[in-house]
Amino acid sequence: MRVDFSRVLFALAALVLAALVVLPVGWLIVTSVGGPHGFTLDNYVTLFTDATMIRPFVITLASSAAVAVLCVLVAVPMGWCVARTDMPLRRWVRILVMASLVTPPFLGAIAWELLAAPNTGFLNQLARAIFQLDRSVHPFNVYSVTGLTFVNFLYTFPYAFVFIANALERIPADLEDASAILGAHSAQTAWRVTLPLILPSILAGALIAFLQSMTVFGSAAVLTLPAGFHTMTTRIWSLFQFPPKPELAAAASMPMLLLTLGLLRAQQLVLGRKGYALIAGKGARRTVTRLGAWKWAALAFCGFVLLNAIVLPYGALLDAAFVKIAPALPTFDNLTLSHVHFVFFELDATALALRNTLILALGAASIGTALALVVGYLVARRAVRGWSVLSFLASAPIAIPSIVLGVGLFLAYTRPPLLLFGTLWILLIAFVTIEFPAAYQQLSAVVASIHPELEEAGRLLGATPLRVLRDITVPLMRSGIVAAWCFVFIGAIREISAAILLFTAPTRTLAVVIYDLNESGDTGSIAVLGLLLMAVTFVVLALANRVPVIATAAEEYRA
Amino acid sequence: MFRNRLQLAGCAAAAVIVLATATPARVSPAAFERVDLAKAKAEGLVVFYTSVDVSVAERLARDFQAKYGIKVQVERTGSERVFQRIGQEMGSNLHVVDVANTSDAANFLVWKNSGWLANVNLEEIERYWPPQFRDRDATFATWRATLSPIAYNSSLVKQSDAPATWADLLQPRWKGKLVKAHPAYSGSEMTADYELMKAFGWTYLQKLGDQKVMQVQSSTEPPKVLSRGEQPVMAGGNEYVVFQLQSQGSPLVLVYPPEGTPFETSPAAVFKEAPHPNAARLFYQYLFSRETQQMLVDFGGLRSVRAGLREPSNRVPITRIRLFRDDPQGVLRTSDEMKTRYAQYFGT
Repeated sequence: MRVDFSRVLFALAALVLAALVVLPVGWLIVTSVGGPHGFTLDNYVTLFTDATMIRPFVITLASSAAVAVLCVLVAVPMGWCVARTDMPLRRWVRILVMASLVTPPFLGAIAWELLAAPNTGFLNQLARAIFQLDRSVHPFNVYSVTGLTFVNFLYTFPYAFVFIANALERIPADLEDASAILGAHSAQTAWRVTLPLILPSILAGALIAFLQSMTVFGSAAVLTLPAGFHTMTTRIWSLFQFPPKPELAAAASMPMLLLTLGLLRAQQLVLGRKGYALIAGKGARRTVTRLGAWKWAALAFCGFVLLNAIVLPYGALLDAAFVKIAPALPTFDNLTLSHVHFVFFELDATALALRNTLILALGAASIGTALALVVGYLVARRAVRGWSVLSFLASAPIAIPSIVLGVGLFLAYTRPPLLLFGTLWILLIAFVTIEFPAAYQQLSAVVASIHPELEEAGRLLGATPLRVLRDITVPLMRSGIVAAWCFVFIGAIREISAAILLFTAPTRTLAVVIYDLNESGDTGSIAVLGLLLMAVTFVVLALANRVPVIATAAEEYRA
Repeated sequence: MFRNRLQLAGCAAAAVIVLATATPARVSPAAFERVDLAKAKAEGLVVFYTSVDVSVAERLARDFQAKYGIKVQVERTGSERVFQRIGQEMGSNLHVVDVANTSDAANFLVWKNSGWLANVNLEEIERYWPPQFRDRDATFATWRATLSPIAYNSSLVKQSDAPATWADLLQPRWKGKLVKAHPAYSGSEMTADYELMKAFGWTYLQKLGDQKVMQVQSSTEPPKVLSRGEQPVMAGGNEYVVFQLQSQGSPLVLVYPPEGTPFETSPAAVFKEAPHPNAARLFYQYLFSRETQQMLVDFGGLRSVRAGLREPSNRVPITRIRLFRDDPQGVLRTSDEMKTRYAQYFGT
């Protein structure tokens, strides 16, 4: 009898996933009800009575809701312009949105300090010069809840954009044509046909924007301290200062966990009731709206958003990398290579951190994608009993702020039998756990869009499920796999919130080095390292998209 | 669990201090440390956790490597985070650190009591360090010192308008114009805030908290914030980075208030379980050598407690400054309360 290795592999994947998620979350729950004398609910009582816990929670919810609304307001028109109109430079807009997606929020926040610090920020200096204002007037203040909300919006809207633009591209023209033939004018069609069709994507975009900005640590860590307030993530981080209060930190993460699970469930319920079979297969033509003179207005709108997300921040970082004391406009007198020299020849951590970062990001991306592929397949095909549990486990890390997950991982892997603290392994596990859900979401959607009949044909011809996956399903979803790999890579290369708890001297990453330098205000070195981080990211992403197999896949896709 | 262990450590540390005071242990000259250079070179690496400004730390690492061919892996972060990290690592039975330095001298009392520090008795320290700046059991000694004066950017504040006393900082005209480090991150700020609290009471910090102070983490950052003109006046930050920036041409001016200026000692120690024990001892010896101490003063802008060093002529000699005495045991007792109250007063 032939052994069906696929069953073994599937079981193994399920086991790995369970270990990845259940261990740290289990420890978190146990810890949250722990006290010096055993079981207690004191931590929860503190959570709901202590003003220094409640205020950050309120601020975080309000700011995240605002980010979600802003993201939708910007991503819908932008997605439409790019996907469905003849606006010029559409391709470039898309590329720059992706660049914004790749930008780590902490780097964006540091760049925006240079732009909108109340006194020295470039934009404030400019505004004062133009309107002849006194130095005491600060038109822009990045050190505020508004500032944090704005920065989070800039580096979160790409998520909503990707969802919405892709949905708009997939709407087949016949539906809209039908509407037009039945006498609806274009606004009516947009409102009654197009919008309802992309509503699930808008919802998904808003949700992901909300969750991202609720759990973001990097930007909040940069901006909230000078502003004198806390968000949930910085408050949780502060609980690890001496004397550390991991019990309270674990308890503080529970409302966020429950809220996220609730929202994801609500989304499923909303979407579950309607059928959204949009993928019509090949040959679906989509209508392109001719904007006429309005195309320049559309371009100006997209340009303005990208000016704030990309052009100004990277301009400011580039400036900071080469002037003596940023922020200052470059002149012959204050240009210097000293920061570059410091980072590459004096700062001992650079080479080691670069190496660690690359190992971790490449490793996490490859492992995470493989795992997401197997689990995504199992769930989408309901191939094993308990697939819904697998699906839950694979989505659960989204609900956990990664700083909290870092706590859970620390609790889980610093005691026997899994003594991983101090090695790169613990970071690898952390990065896979944190970033793998993104790959899972991506890949399960791709699997779902592939009709099972091809696989069934393979099964009928006697192939094992594993062989079917390898020979039929995977080749059909190559471009989706690359996209998933890139998602995990991007996530891992900039991961800061779990890394900050789990690193040790030999296992530092670039993000951690940048974070440390930020705490002592070494802006010039941060700018150089930040630009280095981005350069590495873009090189790897460009290579990933040039792997021969993938290039072929892309051509097939175009054909 | 974590908290309890550290609290326990804290209490026991206090007990040890009492004992140590009661029975001064004299070390005979024969017990002076002899570093095995060949073994140190064979180990080839020292892991140095420090809170000193990164420019000084990296300079030190370069100099040491040039002299001995042994690499120094510098881990620079805030004192309180060095302390937290070492606690976390030791708690996991993970021995990464060879030599540590923080600006919260209370950290060393806890470590010593936990039995984590090695006994390294250097002749240099015995001869040139005043007794109050070295541990009687030779487990740590003050490697560097600094002050936390007031400072301002003279291109933004005229000398006649500048604050001259700590009380001046509470005037309405400085509201929203101050920058200050955070005691939950910075050991020297913790020490400085403790000393200010001893001198003026909690109400001083409470009133300062009402001044809409720009809050940063490290005590090395406020001078940099001043230097780039983001805020005009430093209400809490260290002196040595001001000296560094002055020498680079920044228009910063120091003010030593007549009430007194906080003084912070910053010890260093070798860990008993150091993964590179010989290199660690060699590095420790190097830290306390005359040349390094002079480098800290000249390049780093730091104060040294070592007898017989030259100070640059443009700096006010420490003997002419009225100092608030540092009190590690007091800091140890108060640090929890300081963090709690600080969060209430300053919002973070």
